[in-house]
Amino acid sequence: MTELNSRIPAGPIEKKWDQHRFDMKLVNPANKRKYDVIVVGAGLAGASAAATMAELGYNVSCFVFHDSPRRAHSIAAQGGINAAKNYQNDGDSVYRLFYDTVKGGDFRAREANVYRLAQVSVNIIDQCVAQGVPFAREYGGLLANRSFGGAQVSRTFYARGQTGQQLLIGAYQALERQIALGKVKMHTHSEMLELVVADGRARGIVVRNLLTGAVTAHAADAVVLATGGYGNVFFLSTNAMYSNVTASWRAHKKGAAFANPCYTQIHPTCIPVSGEHQSKLTLMSESLRNDGRVWVPKKQGDTRPPSQIPESERDYYLERKYPSFGNLAPRDIASRAAKEACDDGRGVGPGGLGVYLDFADSIKRLGKKTISERYGNLFDMYQRITDENPYEVPMRIYPAVHYTMGGLWVDYNLMSNVPGLHVIGEANFSDHGANRLGASALMQGLADGYFVLPYTIGNYLAGVKPEKVDVNTHPAFTDAVRAVKQQGETLLGIKGKRTVDSFHKELGKIMWDKCGMARTREGLEEALQRIPALREEFWRNVNVPGSGASLNQSLEKAGRVADFIELGELMCRDALHREESCGGHFRVEYQDDGEAQRNDDDFAYVAAWEWAGNGQAQRLLKEPLVYENVKMATRSYK
Amino acid sequence: MRLTLHVWRQSGPSTPGKLETYPIDGVDADMSFLEMFDMLNEQLTLEGKEPVAFAHDCREGICGSCNMMISGQAHGPWKGATTCQLHMRAFKDGDEIWVEPWRAKAFPMVKDLVVDRSAFDRIIQAGGYISVNTGGARDANEILIGKEVVDESMDAAACIGCGACVAACPNASASLFTGAKITHLGLLPQGQPERDRRALAMVEQMDLEGFGHCTLTGECQEACPKEISIDVIKRMNRDYAVAAARYVEPKETAGAG
Ligand SMILES: Cc1cc2nc3c(=O)[nH]c(=O)nc-3n(C[C@H](O)[C@H](O)[C@H](O)COP(=O)(O)OP(=O)(O)OC[C@H]3O[C@@H](n4cnc5c(N)ncnc54)[C@H](O)[C@@H]3O)c2cc1C
Ligand code: SF4
Ligand code: FES
Repeated sequence: MTELNSRIPAGPIEKKWDQHRFDMKLVNPANKRKYDVIVVGAGLAGASAAATMAELGYNVSCFVFHDSPRRAHSIAAQGGINAAKNYQNDGDSVYRLFYDTVKGGDFRAREANVYRLAQVSVNIIDQCVAQGVPFAREYGGLLANRSFGGAQVSRTFYARGQTGQQLLIGAYQALERQIALGKVKMHTHSEMLELVVADGRARGIVVRNLLTGAVTAHAADAVVLATGGYGNVFFLSTNAMYSNVTASWRAHKKGAAFANPCYTQIHPTCIPVSGEHQSKLTLMSESLRNDGRVWVPKKQGDTRPPSQIPESERDYYLERKYPSFGNLAPRDIASRAAKEACDDGRGVGPGGLGVYLDFADSIKRLGKKTISERYGNLFDMYQRITDENPYEVPMRIYPAVHYTMGGLWVDYNLMSNVPGLHVIGEANFSDHGANRLGASALMQGLADGYFVLPYTIGNYLAGVKPEKVDVNTHPAFTDAVRAVKQQGETLLGIKGKRTVDSFHKELGKIMWDKCGMARTREGLEEALQRIPALREEFWRNVNVPGSGASLNQSLEKAGRVADFIELGELMCRDALHREESCGGHFRVEYQDDGEAQRNDDDFAYVAAWEWAGNGQAQRLLKEPLVYENVKMATRSYK
Repeated sequence: MRLTLHVWRQSGPSTPGKLETYPIDGVDADMSFLEMFDMLNEQLTLEGKEPVAFAHDCREGICGSCNMMISGQAHGPWKGATTCQLHMRAFKDGDEIWVEPWRAKAFPMVKDLVVDRSAFDRIIQAGGYISVNTGGARDANEILIGKEVVDESMDAAACIGCGACVAACPNASASLFTGAKITHLGLLPQGQPERDRRALAMVEQMDLEGFGHCTLTGECQEACPKEISIDVIKRMNRDYAVAAARYVEPKETAGAG
């Protein structure tokens, strides 16, 4: 059985990273160009890693399924990025950011990783500014900050409501510069469909060119996955339509353990579903909770328009329940509170699945101009979708799937249990525990890509000889190519009666109902019956039109949905086994007066699942979580 | 509502294409334009036909993937919005809608409504960046930048690389896109050292890619979903002229040891 070794360096937490950097083996500059590294993905994590490793001298090949690296899902991040700069002099520090993140994650993250994240956060902002990222500034020319949920200091840097876009453009430009210099070979429209493990090490990938259908193998001395999160397993989420789990899942099937799959983040402020046709959900940035107040009517079934509900008949439930954090309570807590209000029959809008996010007080206090300066583009976005003007009527919001804390298991060096396979960004499980704080995903993606992986990968490479393999003859490569071709042919040959989307929607509904905001043993057991049946029907009855020899979006989707179905099953199994409530994982049976009831005696571990073969239940591996610096306590935001 | 769609179908770069007509019923005013296309594609699949290929991803106006010419307007009738942000309440029962891809020599056809916009990446490769390696940057607050300056830079940096400006331009010029990048970086103090080089290299690459010349007709700024102003083109032209007059390529020095 596989042993998980987290490789956390010894020593006091403040010294671990420095000491580790000193202890790690180095690849001498002249030798770096002898090593080939494959990076899959060019979101914040992948683009920053590919550019930085190329700057250091490695030969990098970067693969994305997009037509340009600039289109990665990271582009959509709105609100901001955290860093412990303490520019506002409000008591922030590396230690506070570390502490907030560990606590925000409900004590289910690895301390040493989180501390390092907080340490390098300050370098990220410097790097991005040097690249020309136009972060918001004060009149005096200094950087501006805003607050995000789960923190009582202002440490979030932003570029209007387009922070992800601006950070990604910065990393993309750095990447394009390396492409022009010939240090990165960019492969667009290339979807990774297999990881190649040869002689016990990750040695390459197999990709399908989405335009020509050509299936090719690529070898390297190390492989990095930066392929993002899997929120689209729910069909409806705030993720971009193409975000998927395939790269991670295929690596999982080749031996990489999948950690904490059930930890999903449901974001409290999204535009509610408007009908059956809905294809995705739109986030309204959490930054809105800086100035918006969340409320529902006190009376059940109150259908009066909001303007006619007097102050005394409104329940500002976050302010009432969590007076010290108020509207800035962390996401898991705010989402659950919204669900409770709606379950109690006090929801607003169609179907009673919504709560108000009201700016009237802030507009009165600060003026419409200030509010529009802060959130103008979000207000416009809201109006376009709903046809309602949020300057005049409160927004209606409802929780939606947004982010996945789970992902491939990695050690302190960001390497999975498959030697040579590194995983960064949302695709790994590392830093957010059971719940991620706002503005911390961008921070983690760039920390991994700019400041962590480029060092730690050297430690791995220094221990292996740069070796070429012949992808045309090595059996691990030829087998993987054959498997990919075979899968495409099988999918095209089924010619059943149901569309790919209809399966995806059905899976999404099971996941949302049974493995969403509130989970029960009974519901999860039911899902574990229904999902395998759905998988069986998929492989018998899916209809994938067209051919495999050109652009075929149905075929692409079919492969991704097939993987989502298997992942969904694993998520339910993970959720069922975790008999406690923590962060984004809320088991109805384990609560204490409506608040999550964690069980540190039995569940203070990372649950990493190891593939056991088709149709077999995965094996559970445990990495115990040891807290040496922060005392595990019941999370309170009251 | 019930609509009639005329959609460009072309199976590949070298095969001829044509408009196909599809009636579609049950369209809801709250649907987005692309959700209406999802519905059409489900319908086509169930009829045993091949669905329409179209580019999209974020569906919230930021990734720049979606690109439909809707009844002659790039991204359709709503100002300051992308195709994915357009909602069906912009149309009424019985409407006929023509949907075609971006058309420009520098954006070769891929399939149906999908075209190849990699020319934009190559324009960025030519110089659309600030040359700083990771590590070693000084503290972010040591560079003071006035709010007005950063705001103006951000206006230009908001470009999503969709190519509507090219599609809308009678000359298929990429000047709004290129000007936006030159403006974003050229306004910032960090962007000054490479300002001349950047303007020269990016403009030259734009010409090499086969984009047309700008005659300041202004169609681009009308079509731009991020409402980027043609002032960025004026700035690009100025930067280019100044750079052309004074820029000398630095000599490569090998370093004597
Ligand atoms: C609407 C929204 C708003 C957000 N706002 C914030 C915010 O304000 N602050 C914050 O901190 N976080 C925010 N987040 C979260 C954050 O944006 C993401 O977690 C983060 O950007 C993920 O980055 P990444 O680099 O890991 O992956 P991604 O950006 O998802 O990139 C994945 C890359 O992998 C490639 N890829 C994937 N699979 C394959 C494959 N099989 N083959 C080839 N290529 C592949 C894709 O082409 C892409 O390049 C937000 C998320 C959403 C959905
Ligand atoms: S300038 Fe406007 S229209 Fe042109 S690519 Fe950028 S966002 Fe699109
Ligand atoms: S799909 Fe991303 S901008 Fe339209």
